[in-house]
Amino acid sequence: MMDVSLRGAFRFWQRNLLLFRRIFLTALPENFLEPVLYLVALGVGLGSYLREVDGIPYVAFVATGLAASAAMYGATFECTYNAYVQFAYDRAYEAIITTPLSAEDLAVGEVLWGATRSVIYGSAFLAVAALFGAVQSLWALLLPAVFFVAGLVFSALGLAFTALTPSIDLFTYYFSLWITPQFMFSGIFFPLEALPRWVQQAAWFAPLYHAVRATRAFAFGDPADAWGSLLWLTLAALVLLSVPAVLLRRRLVQ
Amino acid sequence: MSMIVVEAQNLVKRFGTVRAVDDISFEVRAGECFGFLGPNGAGKTTTMKMIYCAVRPTDGVLRVFSLDVQRHPRRIKQQIGVVHQATTLDEALTVRENLLVYGRYYGLSWAEAARRAEQLLDFVELAGRAHERIPRLSGGMQRRLMIARALISEPRLLILDEPTTGLDPQARHAVWERLRQLKRAGITQILTTHYMEEAEQLCDRVAIVDGGRIVAEGPPRELVERYAGREVVEVQLAPDGPAAAVVERLRPLAEAHEVTGDRVLLHTRDGERVVHQMRSLDLPIEGVTLRRATLEDVFLRLTGRRLRE
Repeated sequence: MMDVSLRGAFRFWQRNLLLFRRIFLTALPENFLEPVLYLVALGVGLGSYLREVDGIPYVAFVATGLAASAAMYGATFECTYNAYVQFAYDRAYEAIITTPLSAEDLAVGEVLWGATRSVIYGSAFLAVAALFGAVQSLWALLLPAVFFVAGLVFSALGLAFTALTPSIDLFTYYFSLWITPQFMFSGIFFPLEALPRWVQQAAWFAPLYHAVRATRAFAFGDPADAWGSLLWLTLAALVLLSVPAVLLRRRLVQ
Repeated sequence: MSMIVVEAQNLVKRFGTVRAVDDISFEVRAGECFGFLGPNGAGKTTTMKMIYCAVRPTDGVLRVFSLDVQRHPRRIKQQIGVVHQATTLDEALTVRENLLVYGRYYGLSWAEAARRAEQLLDFVELAGRAHERIPRLSGGMQRRLMIARALISEPRLLILDEPTTGLDPQARHAVWERLRQLKRAGITQILTTHYMEEAEQLCDRVAIVDGGRIVAEGPPRELVERYAGREVVEVQLAPDGPAAAVVERLRPLAEAHEVTGDRVLLHTRDGERVVHQMRSLDLPIEGVTLRRATLEDVFLRLTGRRLRE
């Protein structure tokens, strides 16, 4: 039985925003500076050999992909390590469910907050990417919405894993087997046409593939290429949202 | 309004095959302080968690403010405040922010939460620390802040799980003083504790739990009289003496006795008389202490001296 109050979820979201203002500087490197390093090393470095991909300057090609990955990492770190520490070490969740908030409110609030972090990191990175010519259309104004929807998907998956994992050590599997492969094979650094057909088919199931596609399409002003992926992400978000809520209730209320 | 705040009938909680709470019934009345005492693993915390709806009963009836815990957790939780055994404060936030955020969970506006936070920080004497981060507070201050946080919603029932475990004597007395003030203000309290002195200081009634069951219940003084007599004569046996024979001769002197290692405890209404009679027997003993019986004597008699891990 689900017991969700959006008001409760919003209040938990507000609490996370307040916490974030305190920890902003320590969270900056992993979520923001790393993609900037990739952009400089690959986009600018490799880009001086490899000038164009699909008719787009290579540095701009990589920058748009990395913006989507910044959104993925923002949500994923929040809903895995951050959420787990609060749950298992600080025992903050245990305390919060003694207030009128339910375990489901907490899950939904956490997922919304993870998606908010996607918007923050994705947009901040996009601003940097714009300096490298990655933003060429007003359609790019829709990108925060893309980051948000993609963030919902990554948050829901990350929090579901957090609710199931018996130990913080297992997150390395989540990253090595799920997050990093998406980072490598979602078309951020090269078009997937370069790889065997089955890899392209498999990529269709990866949320990051769709986030990258939609980001690139809006940034370069080809919205027709974006809608399908945006729809994919939206449906995935709707389907997945209840999963961490159910799992977290099971973990918190015995 | 009902005078019964918590009502449990044949309450059971099973975790797998383990019966953590095994068919207990009790009532907590409005305005009283009710204590659960028991060794580790006795079922105290599980019982508390069922009251604040973090553990669902397997069987039996549990009503808080006449509301069923399975059906109305939100309405119940709106009216109670919980002080956990572990510190569960948001460490990245300041003292004041911890209170504000909690106030929001209970539906208070920011302005109302701020007003109450100010009063509560005065109450727990942390006003000067309002803008400090949690790690800078001592253990006693953190516990007082936990109490303030639990009061932000102006609850009718306060639940405290080992409220003074790990505190030094000064900090413990400071917490006791606050809890007595809250009781005078009419707030019902339920607490668990390992400290018998704490239970005697604070509780109107206590339930001694062991193995998931309530083995005795009543006002602390009454339990002491019923199970431990009024006074205890502690007899230290001589190391190489004939222990069994001595115990045999001591036994008729008191209403009840207990042997623990090289000591014999004699429970009696009149300790002076027992000590006097003992002198005239001229037994090989090392020392005699006469003291008032305490809840600890009751506790140890009822739950045994075996160590619980």
